[in-house]
Amino acid sequence: MSSIKTFIADFGWPRIIIALFLLSLFVAAPIVGVDLGASIGDVLNRFGQNAIMVLALVPMVQSGCGLNFGLPIGILAGLLGSTITMQLGLTGLTGLLVAILITIVFGVIFGYLYGKLLNNVKGEEMTIAMYVGFSAVMLFSILWLVLPFNKADLVMGYAGEGLRRSIALEDYWGKLLNNFGQFSIGGTPIPTGLLLFVGLCVFFVYVFMRTRTGTAMTAVGSNPDFARASGVSVERMRTVSTVVSTVLGGIGILAYQQSFGWVQVYDAPLFMAFPAVSALLIGGASVTKASMVNVVLGTFLFQGILTMTPSVINNVLKNELSEVIRIIVTNGMIIYALTRKTKVAK
Amino acid sequence: MRNVKSFVADNIVTLIFLTITIIAIPFSGLSGSYIISNLIDRFARSSFLVFALILPIMAGMGINFAMVLGATAGQIGLIFAVDHNIMGTEGLILATLVGIPLSVGLGWFSGQVLNRARGREMVTGFILGYFMDGIYQFFGLYIMGWLIPIRTAQVMQIDGGGVRNTLALESVRGGLDKIVSLKVGPFSIPVVTFAVIAVLCLFIIWFRRTKLGQDMRAIGQEQGISHAAGINVDRTRILAIVISTVLACIGQIIYLQNLGNMFTYTSQRQAGYYAAAAILVGGATVSKASIKNVFIGVFLVHALYITTPLAGKALFKSAMVGQYMSDFINYGIIASALVLHAWKNKRAADLARAGLRMSAEAQAAAGGVA
Amino acid sequence: MSTGTRLLSLRGISKEFYGNVVLEDISFDLDRGQIIGLVGENGAGKTTLMRILFGMPVIAETGGFNGTIELDGQPVAFKTPFDALDAGIGMVHQEFSLIPGFSTTENIALNRESLKTNFACDIFGKRMSVLDRVTMRERAVKAIHTLGVKLDPDMLVSEMPVGHKQFTEIAREIDRKNVKLLVLDEPTAVLTETEAEVLLSSMRALAAQGISIIFISHRLHEITKVADKIVVLRDGKIVKDVPVAGVSVQDIAAWMVGRDVKTKAAHLSVCKDSVYLNVEHLWVDMPGETVRDVSFQVMEGEIFGIGGLAGQGKLGIANGVMGLFPAGGQVTVGGQDVILNNPHAALNSDIAFVSEDRRGVGLLLDESLEWNIAFTAMQAKRQHLIPVLGGLFSVRDEKSMKALALEYIESLEIRCTGPRQRAKELSGGNQQKICLAKAFALKPKLLFVSEPTRGIDVGAKAIVLETLRAYNRDYGMTIVMISSELEELRSICHRVAIVDEGKIAGILPPTADVAQFGLLMSGLGAGKNGDAA
Repeated sequence: MSSIKTFIADFGWPRIIIALFLLSLFVAAPIVGVDLGASIGDVLNRFGQNAIMVLALVPMVQSGCGLNFGLPIGILAGLLGSTITMQLGLTGLTGLLVAILITIVFGVIFGYLYGKLLNNVKGEEMTIAMYVGFSAVMLFSILWLVLPFNKADLVMGYAGEGLRRSIALEDYWGKLLNNFGQFSIGGTPIPTGLLLFVGLCVFFVYVFMRTRTGTAMTAVGSNPDFARASGVSVERMRTVSTVVSTVLGGIGILAYQQSFGWVQVYDAPLFMAFPAVSALLIGGASVTKASMVNVVLGTFLFQGILTMTPSVINNVLKNELSEVIRIIVTNGMIIYALTRKTKVAK
Repeated sequence: MRNVKSFVADNIVTLIFLTITIIAIPFSGLSGSYIISNLIDRFARSSFLVFALILPIMAGMGINFAMVLGATAGQIGLIFAVDHNIMGTEGLILATLVGIPLSVGLGWFSGQVLNRARGREMVTGFILGYFMDGIYQFFGLYIMGWLIPIRTAQVMQIDGGGVRNTLALESVRGGLDKIVSLKVGPFSIPVVTFAVIAVLCLFIIWFRRTKLGQDMRAIGQEQGISHAAGINVDRTRILAIVISTVLACIGQIIYLQNLGNMFTYTSQRQAGYYAAAAILVGGATVSKASIKNVFIGVFLVHALYITTPLAGKALFKSAMVGQYMSDFINYGIIASALVLHAWKNKRAADLARAGLRMSAEAQAAAGGVA
Repeated sequence: MSTGTRLLSLRGISKEFYGNVVLEDISFDLDRGQIIGLVGENGAGKTTLMRILFGMPVIAETGGFNGTIELDGQPVAFKTPFDALDAGIGMVHQEFSLIPGFSTTENIALNRESLKTNFACDIFGKRMSVLDRVTMRERAVKAIHTLGVKLDPDMLVSEMPVGHKQFTEIAREIDRKNVKLLVLDEPTAVLTETEAEVLLSSMRALAAQGISIIFISHRLHEITKVADKIVVLRDGKIVKDVPVAGVSVQDIAAWMVGRDVKTKAAHLSVCKDSVYLNVEHLWVDMPGETVRDVSFQVMEGEIFGIGGLAGQGKLGIANGVMGLFPAGGQVTVGGQDVILNNPHAALNSDIAFVSEDRRGVGLLLDESLEWNIAFTAMQAKRQHLIPVLGGLFSVRDEKSMKALALEYIESLEIRCTGPRQRAKELSGGNQQKICLAKAFALKPKLLFVSEPTRGIDVGAKAIVLETLRAYNRDYGMTIVMISSELEELRSICHRVAIVDEGKIAGILPPTADVAQFGLLMSGLGAGKNGDAA
C-alpha cells in the first residue's frame, strides 16, 4: 500500500490523470463512432514523428542544463539538412542519408556554439535558451528568403527566390521510412521503418549514456562538484550534451518531415520545443532526470492525447475544445515540473 | 576614458540597438515628422504596460513574463464593456473595474506559482502565460455564451459559440486619448493619457520610498538576509506580482482603447512580447530597472519597430524580410540583454575571485621572501 | 565595568542531538555591563549554546533542551530569534547579514525603518507608509556614535571595507530599543589588527553604557584584553568560569584543548626516510579557508595530521593540491610535480582525496553505491569499462562495478541493502565509508582525508580511523589527515601540523603537551610574538 503511495508521489498526479484520460479516450472512441484501428495507427505515426525530438532533450536534462527550450536550434540544423539536400536534387534513401549527414555537420557547429553560450550564462539558462532559440528561428526566417536557393519546387513561384512556406517532400524522401516494411494489423497500419528508425536513435542514446562520457555527463547533472573532483570537465560535458541534443533535434525534424510529407520553414519551428518538453515531462522525467522510458512513454501519452482528443471530443461536442485541452495540458505539465520542489537530498 | 568604457559596457544593449535604429532610419525612407508623430502615438499607447515590469525586477524576480495574465484580465474587462454596450470613457472605467479584481486574483495566483519556482521565475512566468491562454480561450469560447450570456451580436462568433476572434472596440476607442487632445503643429497629443502615465510615474517614485518598496528592494538583493531581518519574503514577492499584474491590466486597456480593435485571443501575448523587449532595450537588466529605462526603451523599441521592417524591405528588396526583421529584433533584444547580463555577472564574479587570488599571491610572495 | 546587577543566568543547560550529548549542565551568570569571553574548540558547544539562547527553531525541532534561562531575573523561553531580539538580545554572526546595495543607514534600520504614515496606510496597511529617512539617518548616526567609530551613514555596504561592514552589523544591533545583551561570534576573524583594536575599544565603550556582551573569539589575547570574565567550554561542559584578571593566554589554551590524559601511543607504522609529498609556498583561494603560504614535507608511509581552527585554511590545503580551488606554489609527489588547478592531473599522480564536504563533493547522493564507488576510477583511470567495436568507444562494465562495490561493502562493513542502493539513503558513517571506498578504489599511494569523522557516530568513527591505520600499515599508503579534532589527530598521526591564518604555525609530535597545540591554534605559536610572554 505504501509502495503505491510512493509510486503516486514520485510519478505525480498530473501524469496519472493524463494516463487515465487517454485510457478513457480509447474506451470512448468506439462508442462515439471513431475508428479505433485508424486512430491507433495515427497515434503510432505521430509517436514516430515526434519521439526523436523528445529524445533530443534527454542529454541536456541529464547533464544539468535543464529543459532544452532551445531545441529549435537543432531543428534549424535539420531544416538546413533537408533544404540543401533538396537543392542538390538528391532523392530517396541517398537524399535522406545526405540530409542526415548535413544535419549532423550543422548540428555539431550550432550545438557547440550554443553550448558555449549556455556555459557562460549559468542561472536563467532555460529563459535564455528559449529566447536564443526564438531569435535563431527569426534570423533563419530572413536567411530562408535571401539564401541562394533556386530549385523551382523549393522557391516561391512568383519571385523565383526565397523558400516556400511548405515544401513538398513527395518527390524526395517523403514517407520513405513510414512505407518501409509497413503492414497492417486489423486495419491499423504500422509504420515499421519509422518505428525502427526511432528505435535506432533511442538505442544510440541509450548506449551513449552508458559510455564513459555519458556516465560522466549524468554525474555532472547529478552533482557537478563530485564530477569535477573525479577529474571530469563540467563545462566540456555540458557542451557535449548540448551538441548531442542539437544534432538529435535536427535528425528529429527530418524524421518528422518525411512522415508529415512537408518541410516547413520560417516560423514553423518557433514553438516546437514546448510539446517535446511537455511530452518528456508527462513521461515521468523531471527537470534534472530523464530516461528512455520517459521518452517513449511520454511521447506516446502526449501524442495519444493530441490525436485522440480531437477525434473523440469533436465527434461528441462538435467544437475545437481539443485545442484548448492541448494548450492546458502542454503548459500545465511544464509548470508542474518547474514548480515541483526539486528533491533536495538530505 | 575609463568612464566612457564603463558607460559603453553598462549600456551596451541600448547602444547596439540605438545604432541599428540610426542606420535603419535613412534606409527606411521615412520622414522625421512621420516617425515622431508615430512615436508620440505609440508612446502614449504602450508605456503604461512597460511600467508593469518594474516592481518584479526590483523584488528580484526578473522580467515578469506572467504580466500576460494582467493583460488578459484587461481584455476580459473590455469584452464586458463592449458587450454591455457602455461607450467611451465610462466603458473604459467599467472595463477597469472588472479587470482589476480579476487581475488581483490572477496576480496572487501567479505569485504563488512563481514562489514555488525560485531561481527560474522567468521561464515559469513565460509558460504560465501560455497556460493562461488555454484557460482564457476556454473562458472566451465556451464559458462566454454558455454560462455567461453574450448580449451583443458583434461580440459573438458568427456560429454562435463564444467571443469573436477579432473584436471591434469602436465604442470605447479613444475613451482616454480623446478626452483632451492637443494639436501641436502636425502632432496630436493625447493629454489625459500622458497625465495618467505621469501619475503612474509619480506612483512608482512614491512607491519606492514606502516601507513595502524598501522591502522589495531588500528581498531583491538578499532573500535570506531579508527573511532573517523579519521581512515576509514570500508575501512581498506575491505583492510585487499582484501590483505588476494590475498595472498590466490597466496598461492593456489603455493600449487597446488606442488601437480600437483587439485580437481577442492573441493581443495579450503581444503585450508581454513587446514590454520585455522595451524595458531591456531601455537599459534595464533582470535585476535593475528604473523609470528612465522605461522611457528610453519605449521610444527605442518603437523606433526599431517603425524603421527596421522598412529598412529591411528596402535593403533586401523583399517585404517579407522586413516582416521577419521586426520579430527577429524583438526576440534578439531580449536574448542579447539576458545573455549580456548573465555574462557580465559571471565576469564580475570571476574578476572578484581573481582579485582575491592576486592578493593571496602577493601575500604568498611576500611571505616567501620573509 | 560591571555594575553588579545580574542580567542573564543560565542554569543547568543540557542539550542532546539524537542521543549525542553536546551540552551538559551549563550554568553561568552575566552582569549588566559585563563582558564574557566564551572560548572553546570547534564542536565544544558554543554555537549550540548560542542557538539555545536565541530560540533558534532548530533547537525545538531536535527535541528542545533542559535547564533554564533567566533574563533580568525572569525565566525566558524564546520560540524564535525574533522573541530574543524583542527581549533585548542582539547577535552578530560570523557571516555578514547585510544587504549589499543598501547604505549603512538602510542596513542599520533594516525592517525597523522609521515611518511616516499617510492616507494609503489606512487602506492598505502599515507597509504603505513612506520611510522617514531623516530620522533613520539620525538613528544610524547615534548608533555609530555609541560604538565610537567613524562610519559614513550614506555609504553603500558593497563599497565598504570589511571592517566597516562588521561595525555596521554591530550598529544595527545596538540601534534596537532596549538592547541589553550583545552576542558577538568571532567578530574579529575578518578584521585587520588595527580594526580589531577599534572593535575592542568599542566593546568596552558599550559595556560602560551598561550593555553586556558575550564575546566569542579564538584570538585569546583579545579575550584577555577585553573580557571581565572567561568561560571555557570543552566537550559540552564548562571547564573554567573565572575572572580574567591574572589569567594568561597559555592558561586558556591549556583549558581549551585540555585533556590531560596521555593519548595512548598508537601502534604507529614505521615510515621511511624518503620524502614522499613536498609542498612549497602553496596558496589556495578557497572561500572561507584561504591558504596563504604553506610549506611542509610528508615522509613515505607517514600519517601526517593537519589541525587548526575552522576558517584558518587547513581544509584549503587538500582542496588546493587536488585542483578543486585555484592554487599556486610547488607540490611534488614521489619526486613528480603535481599540476595544480587540474583535478584530473592530481588523480593521475596517484593521489586520492576524501572531501570534508561529504554530501556536496564526496557523493552522488541520487545514484547507486556502485556509481559512487566506481565513478572516479572509471573517469580517472579508465577502469570498469568494456571496449565496444574494437575500442572505438567503451561502455560501463556494470558487472565489474558491482564486484568492486561488493568488495568494499564487505571489507569496510558498509551497512546497506546492496550495491544498488542510493547513497542518500545511508547513514553518515556509512556514507563516509563509501567516500573512503571511492578513494581506495583508485589504489592511491597518497591519500588526503579531510574531516573523516565529522558528523558520524562513535562506532563509525573508530572503524574509519582503524581503516585508515590499516591501509597505512598494510599497504604503506601515505596519508595526510586533516581534522578539527586534535585528539583524533594525536591518536593516529606521526606528526601534527597546526594551521593558523593560512600558514603552518608549527609541527609537533603527537606526544607534545596539549597546551602547545592550543597556543599554536591561538596564533601565539613560535613564529609570532603575541603577548604570550
